[in-house]
Amino acid sequence: MSGNLLFGTGNSPPRDSTLSSSQATTIPELIETFDALGDWEAQCDYLIDLGHEIPDFPESARIEANRVHGCQSNVWLITEIKPGNPPVIEIQADSDSMIVRGLIAVLLMAYSGKTAREILQTDIQQTFARLGLNRQLSSARRNGLAGMVQRIRSLAEQSAGEHS
Amino acid sequence: MVASSEAVLPLERRGTFDPMAIRAQFPIFDRLLPNGQPLIFLDSAASAQKPRCVIEKERECYERYYANAYRGDYQFGVHIDEELEATRAKVRDFIGAPASEEIIFTAGSTMSINLVANAWGRKFLRAGDEILLTQMEHHANLVPWQQIAHATGATLRYIPLASDWQLDLDRLDEVLIARTKIIALSGMSNVLGTIPPVREIAAKAHKRGALVLVDGAQSVPHLATNVRDLDIDFLAFSAHKLYGPSGVGVLWGRRQLLEAMDPFICGGHMISEVFWDHSTWAAIPAKFEAGTLPIAQAIALGAAVDFVTGIGMPAIQAHDAELTAYAHERLATVPGLRIFGPGPAHKGPIVSFALEGVHPQDLANLVDRKGVAVRHGHHCTMPLHSLLGVPATTRASFGVYTTRGDIDALVEAIEFARQKLRRA
Repeated sequence: MSGNLLFGTGNSPPRDSTLSSSQATTIPELIETFDALGDWEAQCDYLIDLGHEIPDFPESARIEANRVHGCQSNVWLITEIKPGNPPVIEIQADSDSMIVRGLIAVLLMAYSGKTAREILQTDIQQTFARLGLNRQLSSARRNGLAGMVQRIRSLAEQSAGEHS
Repeated sequence: MVASSEAVLPLERRGTFDPMAIRAQFPIFDRLLPNGQPLIFLDSAASAQKPRCVIEKERECYERYYANAYRGDYQFGVHIDEELEATRAKVRDFIGAPASEEIIFTAGSTMSINLVANAWGRKFLRAGDEILLTQMEHHANLVPWQQIAHATGATLRYIPLASDWQLDLDRLDEVLIARTKIIALSGMSNVLGTIPPVREIAAKAHKRGALVLVDGAQSVPHLATNVRDLDIDFLAFSAHKLYGPSGVGVLWGRRQLLEAMDPFICGGHMISEVFWDHSTWAAIPAKFEAGTLPIAQAIALGAAVDFVTGIGMPAIQAHDAELTAYAHERLATVPGLRIFGPGPAHKGPIVSFALEGVHPQDLANLVDRKGVAVRHGHHCTMPLHSLLGVPATTRASFGVYTTRGDIDALVEAIEFARQKLRRA
């Protein structure tokens, strides 16, 4: 292939080895990593890498009731309340799309292990905008992502109701 | 397989053409994508790119003689009517229709099929009548019939697919019965590429007293289509898949059927007389052309017809066959790739596939980085995908500008995607 010189595409730019060896675990770390990677292709590759690292999803939970609608790929999502004062919500999710698994990793960073109140107060749209996801994802992907956010928020609302 | 040995014949022995020379007529290929890649466009089954002659014809209309059609007595109005009628005559000749009046301009294949389903179906279908479709229909040739079945009490049946992805004609007698009033079938599956034997099916349908509608959205741009030769009753197709403008399509129907049908969309131009309490209808085609037509688009459809007839449908078919055989040959080398559809000798230039462990959306996304535009999803055939056993496929489809190099680029891009997704 020729003619790929304008924006240095084709192969991903050489990635800083410190970036790939240390996976981001929080949203601020992720933003820092995204900024360092610079272009969407490298960022997307990084999302795919993150997607490989999300915890295994329980096979028994891969049922219709746990499926998130609005996604072109299959997405399953469950939450578990971890007792405490206040209790926190653990999220587990999976998809047959690796890019969606990467987006799930972002959602886990933003939401998992947080209290219902923290989840409901999180401005996830601002995070997506800061990461450039609104600009880079297709409308179908954005709808799927919105579906996952909606599911997490409604589970948090239920939980907040039960524990208030 | 026959086609793969044919595929290696040099171009000049196949009576085909140089796709690079054709491609030079399509301005879209003159520029690079935003990421600097050349465009590898493999989504012509969704919509084809436009040659300069079509773009210029539309521009000519707007710049030189644009006015509303069939209304003005001023010179402009007369010119625009003549241009539209010239297109109607070109379409008539292109599909071998007996008369220009039988060519109705619509918004596209979808509207053409909805027109027949409503204007014919609501008037002539009764409870207990049957509508026969095939298992490979696009939603555009399925959902309108579902709605008409609900409205009239008619029943839907489907000609099943056989294991070779051809229609199972051994089972036609199970579904084509005395109460079958119409068979509506695709001339070429938009997913499998399957080309059903329309003439044979039409002959059997007519013996049983059923009408035949062909959804030619995919077949008309790729196969020489003669409605008299096929002995069908309705043909629907879109301009935009035939290298013509978006927003316009054609319904051809036999004159006596069109005259017997009620109108579908009502409004200006489709009436003869309007009274306070009722109206009478204009003669065909006006009866089915309510409101202002997509005028410039319809006129430029004439240029698109000239473009494909200039290349020649036999040459287009030879080009399609060669590319499809090559695509099957190359894609067969990709580990874990499975093609859904008949062998290349028995299908149109459409290759839908699944790649083990790779979601079609991820694949489409990653090959796009290499400039390769393919379609992913259910391609408006959800019932068919339930038969395929996968929720979505990736589809590569070809046009007159497609080259072997494009297919090589696709295969390289798939390999790139497999590596990225750690499937290599």
